[in-house]
Amino acid sequence: MTSTEADHSIATPQDLRTVEALRAGDERVFRDLVERYHASLIRVALMYVRTRAVAEEVVQDTWIGVLRSLPRFEGRSSLRTWIFRILANQARTRARREARSVPFSSLAGLDDDSPAVDPDRFLAADHPAFPGHWATAPRSWAALPEDELLAGETRERVLAAINTLPAAQRTVISLRDVEGWSSGEVCDLLGISEGNQRVLLHRARSKVRQALEEYLDGRAA
Amino acid sequence: MSESPEMLSCREVVELVTAYLEGALTEAEEVRFEEHLAMCDGCAAYLDQMRRTIVIAGQLDPEAVDLEACHRLVHAFRGWRDGGPEGP
Repeated sequence: MTSTEADHSIATPQDLRTVEALRAGDERVFRDLVERYHASLIRVALMYVRTRAVAEEVVQDTWIGVLRSLPRFEGRSSLRTWIFRILANQARTRARREARSVPFSSLAGLDDDSPAVDPDRFLAADHPAFPGHWATAPRSWAALPEDELLAGETRERVLAAINTLPAAQRTVISLRDVEGWSSGEVCDLLGISEGNQRVLLHRARSKVRQALEEYLDGRAA
Repeated sequence: MSESPEMLSCREVVELVTAYLEGALTEAEEVRFEEHLAMCDGCAAYLDQMRRTIVIAGQLDPEAVDLEACHRLVHAFRGWRDGGPEGP
């Protein structure tokens, strides 16, 4: 839990070069940065505020905040983490003005204690030989043709499954698995503990795997 | 399969998969997890399915994830909480 986060906890040499260029007033570097993060910033801002229009304003304010705070960037976090932290502060302030803000951890999804796999697929806990062992084991996907797993329709199923998850689970799986953020970055942004982040991710991934299994088994049947 | 209480059941293994992939298990837990996996084709297939699910999620277009609907839920929740009888 300590070493895996290290690469995101401090600025890379590339980050430091970017900040130097920004401080020197390099507009192209600023435009590149905006292009790279704008869409993600909007999506994250939408976690806090009601409408796309307000999210756009929050992101505008974030970029202004980034420029104002540049002299104070010390490289103790990655540039991305630092930018998203500024966004989270802007968005929280704005959300408090819009309505009272609620900690993310109290949102639907964390109290979901549904099992990862339907209990009917396991033998009973008092089974004489194999308690809690698979009754209906998952089929290996290794034999599936690679292009079936990577087909557009398979991706559609995964997307549909993600889009039906409770809000907090959907947010965590989309940041982690779709956008490729580290757990540390997600915890930092959402203000949740590693443990809570893992619970949300686990519930989310388990349901998405199940949806995919139902789809692929249905095709094979 | 032994009946030793030390042995993880498949039902327990599927709940540890994320912690395993996140590197969040203790060394002892990780050993028990991997020992189970080495003997259990069902759980090995399950872990493999989970890994492939994550790979497919990584190929999705982030724009396609419906976070606006998420936020409608969040706001519905806030409305409920702020307006509800339990409110401060």
